[in-house]
Amino acid sequence: MRNFLIWAVVAVALIILPNLVSFSQQEVLVFLTINILVVASYRLLTLTGEWSLGHVVIMGVGAYASALVTKELGLWVPLGILVGGASAAFIAFLLSYPLFRMKGFYFLIGSFAAGEIIRLLWKRFRDPFGGAKGIKGIDPMPDFSIGIYQFDFFEPVSYFYFSAVVVALCLWILWRIEKSPVGLTFHAVHWQDKLAQASGVNLRSYRTLAFVIASGFAGIAGALLAHYIGTINPNSFDVEVMVFVLTWAIVGGTGTFYGPILGCIVLTILNEIVLRELGLEQTRPLIYGLILILSILFMPNGLESIVQKFTRRKEAK
Amino acid sequence: MTSLLEVQNLTMRFGGLTAVDGLNFKVEKGHIHGLIGPNGAGKTTTFNMISGFYTPSDGKVLLNGEEISGLPMHHVANRGIVRTFQHSTLFGELSVLDNALVGTHMTFRPNIFAAILGLDGAARRNALDRARSSLEFFGLGGLEDELAGDLSHGHQRALGMAVAYASRPDLILLDEPFTGMNPEETRQMMGLMRRLCAEGTTILLVEHDMQAIMGLCDNITCMSFGKFLAEGGPSEIRNHPDVIEAYLGGARHVA
Repeated sequence: MRNFLIWAVVAVALIILPNLVSFSQQEVLVFLTINILVVASYRLLTLTGEWSLGHVVIMGVGAYASALVTKELGLWVPLGILVGGASAAFIAFLLSYPLFRMKGFYFLIGSFAAGEIIRLLWKRFRDPFGGAKGIKGIDPMPDFSIGIYQFDFFEPVSYFYFSAVVVALCLWILWRIEKSPVGLTFHAVHWQDKLAQASGVNLRSYRTLAFVIASGFAGIAGALLAHYIGTINPNSFDVEVMVFVLTWAIVGGTGTFYGPILGCIVLTILNEIVLRELGLEQTRPLIYGLILILSILFMPNGLESIVQKFTRRKEAK
Repeated sequence: MTSLLEVQNLTMRFGGLTAVDGLNFKVEKGHIHGLIGPNGAGKTTTFNMISGFYTPSDGKVLLNGEEISGLPMHHVANRGIVRTFQHSTLFGELSVLDNALVGTHMTFRPNIFAAILGLDGAARRNALDRARSSLEFFGLGGLEDELAGDLSHGHQRALGMAVAYASRPDLILLDEPFTGMNPEETRQMMGLMRRLCAEGTTILLVEHDMQAIMGLCDNITCMSFGKFLAEGGPSEIRNHPDVIEAYLGGARHVA
């Protein structure tokens, strides 16, 4: 009952929130919502102990797939978004064969190389990927009405509501997976793969499972992005964006479900409100690098460790 | 009648070094079988081949007459052979209960769709019961919520066995289970192993603690420098001249 009340308050706050901020900040809210799904799905992969540098490119696979099936085949956009997620998951499944012959640092480098190959393919093949200029004029979400509210997707507020519902649903699924025996097995694979295997766990298939699920949700995030901004190109998913995702995850901490989400929210607020007010938004990579180094030095367990300190103290009282 | 486990001409070469050389022995169902030998005799290598961690260079491992050598470790585990590791190899960052729950993986296979939709309640409850009863068996009942890494050494060894036992294997391979235990802990652990055996689990153990080995085993295989040396009951092995020579070093030459 108490939980239900908390979630009801959160939902009301999210409905009110976009009406309190400026138009450009409403756009930022949409991006923030999508980015939350990207980092949360990234965390699922890190549960098995593997860090990828291809996550953003996989997100791009979802974006391209959804953009193409809606534009070229005229598929209904919400279905296109699902196709985007499924395509990203499928590409991840194919990539898992070469990539999971490696572990740790080698996997990291391998995933980066795989991502760059995909990006080069987008650049090289103007048909159907549009080459370096990418795809323009991607179908927007069709407007619809749910009685009390008219969704008009030229308004960022409407798209914020829509993406918030989709992302919330995805987060709920990710949460259910993490708290299930499957999630426990992911942890087991991470911390002691030998003992896990001796307990009958097929390491390869669990690593692949985590990679495929994480990629599927990244693909949905990419598709949400594509149908919002309407134009995507290979550089929207380059390694610079990947570094932002890594920074969110590391600064937030990957020990808990909310850690990376917290990192994403805090750094986005810092970037969009503080830096923009100061007129320093062009220095974002510089500042992010500084924050990353400082947080590794002084806050190795991330922002979540600060939250945990407070919640533990409350429990002790 | 075929033995539960049979090792035929098992050989492992690492480059020019032959760690295990043409080893043969059988483990009978319901027995506690000891594998002893001086340091570097190849006992752990033999374990690693039986459990599928290494692929033998030559020879076979048969479980109930079926060849299992060369299968990956999780397949061997699914056939009913579960191992523990030297030192305390545990999920140190997970709770004691979660450690035991990982041990139930084979019996209660996680299903991701059922997990998302909440349809696996019964399996989760059964896995929990199984994990709790394994912990209870090894005297860890009150420590469920502790982190495995925070336990005392004796408790960590017990937890390692509880994780293995949680899958209810036919054969459990214990790699030096008594290392670093005091005599009291050793005595307790011996009692637990006898109970385990009485419940129908066959045990194969590598151990240096001769008191434990002699007090526990029905049958002992002794190896030295990778080769089979002697086999028999505790009293035979204790008085076997080759075994005495291997451990004490060339009594004949001294004499």
